[in-house]
Amino acid sequence: MSHATQQVDEVVIRFAGDSGDGMQLTGGRFTDTTAIVGNDLSTLPDFPAEIRAPAGSLAGVSAFQIKFSSKDIHTPGDTPDVLVAMNPAALQVHQKEVKPGGTIICNANAFTPKNLKLAGYESNPLEDKTLDDYFTVYAIEMGKMVSLACEGLDLSSKIVDRSKNLYALGLLFWIYDRPLQPTKDWLEVKFGKKPELVEANVRSLEAGYNFGDTTEIFTTRYKVDKANLPPGKYRNVIGNNALSMGLAAAAEKSKLGMFFGGYPITPASDILHTLSAWKHLGIKTFQAEDEIAGITSVIGAAFTGNLGVTATSGPGIALKSEAMGLAVIAELPLVVINVQRGGPSTGLPTKTEQSDLLQAMYCRNGEAPLPVLASSTPGDCFFAAYEACRIAVKYMTPVVLLTDGYLANGSEPWQIPALKDLPDFKVKFADKSNISDGQFMAYLRNKDTLARPWAIPGSKGLEHRIGGIEKEDVTGNVNYDPDNHHHMVKTRAQKVENIANEFGPTEIFGKKSGDLLILSWGGTMGACRSAAEALQGEKLKVSHLNLRWINPFPNDLGEILIKFKNILIPEINNGQLIKMIRAEYLVDAKGLNLVRGKPISSADIQESVKKLIG
Amino acid sequence: MSNTKETTYTRKDFTSDQAVRWCPGCGDYSILAQTQKVFPDLGRKKEDFVFVSGIGCSSRFPYYMDTFGFHTIHGRAPAVASGVKLANPDLSVWVVTGDGDALSIGGNHTIHMLRRNIDLNVMLFNNRIYGLTKGQYSPTSEVGKVTKSTPMGSLDAPFNPLSLALGAGATFVSRTLDKESKHMQDIITQSYKHRGTSFIEIYQNCNIFNDGAFSSLTDRDTKSDTVLLLEDGQPMVFGAEKNKAIRLDGNVPKVFEIGDKLTIDDALVHDKKDYVIASLLANMTYNPDFPEPLGVFYAIDMPTYEDLMVDQIEDAIKKKPKGSVQQLLDSGDNWVVK
Repeated sequence: MSHATQQVDEVVIRFAGDSGDGMQLTGGRFTDTTAIVGNDLSTLPDFPAEIRAPAGSLAGVSAFQIKFSSKDIHTPGDTPDVLVAMNPAALQVHQKEVKPGGTIICNANAFTPKNLKLAGYESNPLEDKTLDDYFTVYAIEMGKMVSLACEGLDLSSKIVDRSKNLYALGLLFWIYDRPLQPTKDWLEVKFGKKPELVEANVRSLEAGYNFGDTTEIFTTRYKVDKANLPPGKYRNVIGNNALSMGLAAAAEKSKLGMFFGGYPITPASDILHTLSAWKHLGIKTFQAEDEIAGITSVIGAAFTGNLGVTATSGPGIALKSEAMGLAVIAELPLVVINVQRGGPSTGLPTKTEQSDLLQAMYCRNGEAPLPVLASSTPGDCFFAAYEACRIAVKYMTPVVLLTDGYLANGSEPWQIPALKDLPDFKVKFADKSNISDGQFMAYLRNKDTLARPWAIPGSKGLEHRIGGIEKEDVTGNVNYDPDNHHHMVKTRAQKVENIANEFGPTEIFGKKSGDLLILSWGGTMGACRSAAEALQGEKLKVSHLNLRWINPFPNDLGEILIKFKNILIPEINNGQLIKMIRAEYLVDAKGLNLVRGKPISSADIQESVKKLIG
Repeated sequence: MSNTKETTYTRKDFTSDQAVRWCPGCGDYSILAQTQKVFPDLGRKKEDFVFVSGIGCSSRFPYYMDTFGFHTIHGRAPAVASGVKLANPDLSVWVVTGDGDALSIGGNHTIHMLRRNIDLNVMLFNNRIYGLTKGQYSPTSEVGKVTKSTPMGSLDAPFNPLSLALGAGATFVSRTLDKESKHMQDIITQSYKHRGTSFIEIYQNCNIFNDGAFSSLTDRDTKSDTVLLLEDGQPMVFGAEKNKAIRLDGNVPKVFEIGDKLTIDDALVHDKKDYVIASLLANMTYNPDFPEPLGVFYAIDMPTYEDLMVDQIEDAIKKKPKGSVQQLLDSGDNWVVK
């Protein structure tokens, strides 16, 4: 059988099905194989908050999108070229976003009258030809195929039917010319103790692949060349995993013990899961009784000389606010990770949002400034976590690291860093040299950073008391003097401001002046960069700047902003960074605020830019 | 191990340079004095002690001890102290708290600390009133308590702190009284020696907002009839003439007079390892038919959380020799771009 092969630069595939159909697993396998063959890629899992909504319902649809390319890409793509829909509900939810002229592959066996009704179809779209004018539709009896492929195995028909996602995966592997072996190896590890299960899944995978190869249905295979990435060793990473590795790297480089305290909450829980599996690195994890104990146990560990970290999402950060204030006044180093999700209240637990920036900045009682930074890609979560730890310890302050649901669960190829190349992270605890006149001065500050000494229990002669009541500078004794309080408020603020002296000149993508600057922070970085690339390709005078640090802002930011006629700030919130920028720099920045629980698309940004300067 | 001291300490070594600011006549002074009296003899380096407190009058305690101290936020001392102990299990960590701090705003942390059995020593100053906020009723105030916030009397039933501790799985449950100096010194010492969470309820008089709450237990004329001093392995006898005792009638504890009909052999013998006895004793609180027991109600040996945690880490290192994070980064499917 000969098939034509067509060269393409990039492809967007969305796998969609019932929560029980294994779409996240299917997407994950396609991603890992795609990484191995050397494409650049970006992924976007999208799953419901319900663990298992009723089978076949619209609420139960789970999806996974991957964009892969021979070029350097920054987003998981706006509209899919291919939709794999495992049931009518998946088709109903996702079909409207498929590119006109795109491909839809369905599991025909799931298009039963009951499922069609649950999805709100009056007639079967695979039979009534309503889709055929816009898309190329393939209705494949996946359920039946896997049942035939697994004949003779001692497994129930229900178990066999569950392997149909591997069938879909095999078919996609054939279409995009990807090897099966990595998935076979993975199945062996995952189900090794149940050889029958491995066999069923391998047979389904191969059946899907062979279906593409032997039938005449698919006339074309697609080839996506390796991406031209910088030389080095690569792996695929998911954001939360990269973040956890960044924390572990910080612990190793600083030679500090790591203590992670937290309470399970979506989508931050994976950080707790990951770190708790790394006990062999000496990492201590503590599943506390609530969010408050999560952070306060970390404060105790930080007082005792550990690298203390907590992570949360959504309402969890509200519960930690009071304790963050304690860490500010006690001037103890810890990292508070907020994997932002849709709010307010419980909001959209599994969807992404950037709506906690102002809370990170201003949520505490009193004047309680602390440094805030954000990671911008899944792989960048590693470096952001490392940097957060380093700054926390160097300046003796709690640091807030903002990521989001998209970064946490998304993935990308990642050039594996060498630990030795990471910034220096030396820690010196206070010792007898910090004693003057027989007394240890708990708030005698470093002149450059304004950090106070870190004196840990067990250190002879350094016994001292700290707490949430205002301190006298230098001694750290309780003090209610008006002028001292004013001085301490200013000092704590200045300490945070001083962190900006660490930053090099701010990088701008594009020219240093022009008609419009796209200013971003966090997970919208990729879409903004893609938009800037496209607009520069159209000869528009557009540049892009992504902020690593939101508090403090870089020292040169004000000078940069005034060199552009327009500033556009895309955010997945109702306008938060824009308030800070307008207040701080008195510039007439414009916002693009789409709060839909999913990433802002490059197309949305391009459209906004053209409205402003077109 | 860092728990052997090199020098001989005196009370002065545990006294900080900060002026003590409790109201004159407050029961807290005695608790501070007994602690400073006992600590030099515990046989441990001073720099290994950490005092952690929450909010309330009692929670100012760490400022007056010349040890490491952390005056944290309302109700959270158990969680902060847990972090201290888990970060460095070699330290001797003390939680100082009150009835509002530990049982109201921090109730959740208190019960979870107890069930985990982290080796912490908890001193709960129970004055049955809110002192620092100037006199509202507390979760241990008796029903009908008239205070600023309950002008017609409080409506809710109080917590029984020792029953709560027993129910939460505490491995060391005890009670002492601010005016009983020697008794308190002994309980503090026993608490220090116990491995696991040690819970000490200290009846403490607030002479400003709840004066006399425990006067029947401290007045010379009444205390021998109102206090039952517990001694492990000894019959439960009290009264000025040592003529009253506790016995079990079926499952029901009763007070009886020692005489011809019932002798001392009928008295219940205290066994600090017996959970049922501890529960019976705890229930005598707020009950006018019984004396108030003081002493160690319950003490058993159970593995501590931090020991189990360290074991798991050592196990994991044995199974997977402690590698570098670089190996972690390099793991998974890799590929090389040339």
